[in-house]
Amino acid sequence: MPNMSTVKVGMPEQDAKVRVQNFEEVALGYSLEQAIEEAERCLNCKHKPCMKGCPVNVPIPEFITQVKEGNIEEAYRIITSENGLPAICGRVCPQESQCEGLCVRAKKGEPVGIGRLERFVADYQMAKGQKIDIDITKNGDKVAVVGAGPAGLSCAADLAKYGYEVTVFEALHTPGGVLMYGIPEFRLPKKLVEEEISNLKDLGVKIEKNVVVGRSITIDELIEEEGYKAVFVGTGAGLPRFMRIDGENLNGVYTANEFLTRSNLMKAYSFPKTPTPVKVGENVAVVGGGNVAMDAARTAQRLGAKNVYIVYRRSMEELPARAEEVEHAKEEGIIFKLLNNPTRIIGEEGKVVGMECIQMELGEPDDSGRRRPVPIEDSNFILDVDTVVIAIGQTPNPLIRQTTEGLDVTKWGGIIVTDETMETSIENVYAGGDVVTGAATVILAMGAGKTAAKAIYEKLNK
Amino acid sequence: MYKIIDKKVLNSTVEQMTILAPYVARKCEPGQFIILRVNEDGERIPLTIVDYDRDEESVTIIYQVVGYSTRQLSKKEIGDHVEDFVGPLGQPTHLQKHKRVLGIGGGVGIAPLYPQLKKLHEMGVEVDVILGGRSDEFIILEDEVKAFAENVYFATNDGSRGKEGFVTDVLKELLDEGNVYDEIIAIGPLVMMKAVVDVTKPLGIATGVSLNPVMIDGTGMCGGCRVTVGGETKFACVDGPDFDGLLVDFDECLRRQNMYKEEEHACRVGLGGENYA
Repeated sequence: MPNMSTVKVGMPEQDAKVRVQNFEEVALGYSLEQAIEEAERCLNCKHKPCMKGCPVNVPIPEFITQVKEGNIEEAYRIITSENGLPAICGRVCPQESQCEGLCVRAKKGEPVGIGRLERFVADYQMAKGQKIDIDITKNGDKVAVVGAGPAGLSCAADLAKYGYEVTVFEALHTPGGVLMYGIPEFRLPKKLVEEEISNLKDLGVKIEKNVVVGRSITIDELIEEEGYKAVFVGTGAGLPRFMRIDGENLNGVYTANEFLTRSNLMKAYSFPKTPTPVKVGENVAVVGGGNVAMDAARTAQRLGAKNVYIVYRRSMEELPARAEEVEHAKEEGIIFKLLNNPTRIIGEEGKVVGMECIQMELGEPDDSGRRRPVPIEDSNFILDVDTVVIAIGQTPNPLIRQTTEGLDVTKWGGIIVTDETMETSIENVYAGGDVVTGAATVILAMGAGKTAAKAIYEKLNK
Repeated sequence: MYKIIDKKVLNSTVEQMTILAPYVARKCEPGQFIILRVNEDGERIPLTIVDYDRDEESVTIIYQVVGYSTRQLSKKEIGDHVEDFVGPLGQPTHLQKHKRVLGIGGGVGIAPLYPQLKKLHEMGVEVDVILGGRSDEFIILEDEVKAFAENVYFATNDGSRGKEGFVTDVLKELLDEGNVYDEIIAIGPLVMMKAVVDVTKPLGIATGVSLNPVMIDGTGMCGGCRVTVGGETKFACVDGPDFDGLLVDFDECLRRQNMYKEEEHACRVGLGGENYA
C-alpha cells in the first residue's frame, strides 16, 4: 500500500535566522527513513509521465522503486546510467516544471519529491564513497569539449562512455562553469560539484583548465592541428546584460556575474582570509527576478547587508525564479519590490547613493506571452541603496563566434544548431546549452550535451 | 602548474619572470595579457605580456610588488610553479605601419609598451620613446628599448634621470620643437595617460592607451573591467585593453580603479603603479 499522504515528507532545513549568518547549505536532505517514506508515495505508474519531463531521461520510477526497497546503490546505478551529476540536479533542477510537474500525485496534493530523492541517493552514495564501475571500450578517436559547465560535462561523460578520448577545455581555473561561479554554496555545496566532476575523471575524461578556446587555441586548430574528430561547444551565456541607464558604471554597481563570481568562485565571503574582496553596502538592490537574482540577493544578505531588495518590473506571478528559491528568499528577509523598474542609478563622488525607480502596471501580453509591464506616469521614487547588482540576464560569450569563421549565430549571438543533432553550420562542430538557447537551466544544458554526444557518436560511426 | 624558468629583480619593487606556458606562448601578440593565480585560493591577477619565446614556449611578465598577491608571487623563485596562467587575453594591439611613432612609458607601463614598439620597429616604423619613473631606479627595460629606438628621452620626478618632472613635460618640448608623430602610444598609470591625452587631444594627435581596470575572469563574463570609450561601455578584457585614448573617460576609470582601495586590492598591479604619478 503506497503512502497516500498529500504532502511530501518535509525536508529538514537550517532555520532562516541562523542560515542568513552562514554560507552552509539551506536544505539538509532526507535521512534514509525519510527517503523510503517519500519513495513510498510513488505509484510506479506504467506510463511514467515524470520521465517525459526529464531532459536527460532518468528512469525515475525505476530508481524510486529501489529506494523503497532500500537498495540505494542500485538506485544510484539507475540514475547515473543517464545522469552524471545527480547530486547537482537533485538540488538545482526546476523539478516543479519538469518531472514533478507531470507527477500523477500532483493532481491531488504535492507530487512525489523526485528531486529530493535523487539528491538523497547521490548524497548517500557519495557519503559511502562507493563508485560505480563502468566498462568502457576505447575506440581511439579524440573529441574536444569546450567549457566545463553542465552542457560540456554531460556531453563529455556520454562521449567517454561511448569510448572516445575526451578532453574538456575550461577557461577558468576550476571546472564546473556556472555550478562553481554562479550558484552559491548555500544552494549547491562546491564539494559536491568537485566530487561529481571527479567521477567524470574516473571515466577517463581529461580536463584542461586555463585554456580559453578562441584565444589560447581556436576551434579550427583543435580539428586541423590537434586531431579532434569533433568539437562540442558548451560555453554558456556568460556575457552580462545591462539596463543601459545612467549610473551603471558607478562604483557599487555589480553585474550578478561579478558579484557571484567574487563570492562563489573566489570565496570572497571569507575575505580577508581569501585575497579577493567583495563590497556589500547596507542597502542592496538586486535588479531582476530570476534564480540568479535570488542567488545574488541571498548572498548579499549573508555578506552583511541590512536591507536587500529584489527590484522586478513584473509581478510575483511572472517572477521567473523557482518557487522554492523565492520562498527561501522571503524567509530570509529579502524585500520584494515588484512592479518596479529602475530608471537611473544615482551617484555622489562616483559611488552609488540611490536608485530611481518607476512603478509599473501590467498591460496586454507581449511576445513572451507574459503581460507587458507599462510605466505608471509620475510614479518615480528613489530607493535608498548603496549597492546595485544587475541580474537581468546574460547573452552568449562572443569569443568563439568572433574567432570561428563560418559559424552561424543568431542576432543575439546564440550559436545556431539543428535541433536533432545539435550540429552547427560547421561540420563536426556541435553546440548546446546556454550558448544555443540563451540563459536557461542546468538540466536543459545537460540534456543538450547528451543529445550532442549521441549525435557525434552516430555520425563518427557511420 | 606553470614552471618559472627565469626571474630578475629589476628594481626595489619591480620584478620580471619567465614562465613556461605553451598555449600563451604559441599565440600571444603585443597588447595582450594573461591572468595568473599564484596558488590555490589565490586571486586572479591580470598582468601584461612583455615578451615571449614561441620555441621555448615561455612567456615573460613584469609585475610590481604592491599588494598581497604580488608579494606571494614575488616569493616564488626559479624552478617553482604558479598555480594558473591563462591567456593570451584581450585583443592584440592594432599596430599600423606609420612613418613615426612616439612611445611613452611610465613606471611598469614600460613593460606592455615595449613589445608594441618592438613590433612597430620590425614593421619599419621609426620609433622615439619617453621613459618615465619616480626616479632613475624605476626606469625599466632601458637597454631593450634603446636596441631599436631612434631617440630615447627620460623624465623622473626627482630629476635623477633626464628631465626633472613628468613625461608630459618632455612630450610638450618634443612637440614644440616641431617633431611630428603619426601616433603616440602612452602606457603607464592612469593619471599619466590622462595627462598625455590632455596634451595630445587638443592637437588631434592619435593616442593609444592601455587600460588595466579591476578584472576577474578576463573573458568578458564579469563585466568588472567596464570602461566608457566614446560614450559606449566597453570591456577592457575582450574589447581592449588598448583603446583610443582620446575617447576614454579617464575620470571614470580612475574612480573604478579605486573601488577596492580600502581592501588594498591587488588587481591594480601592473599598470596602476604607485611608483609613478
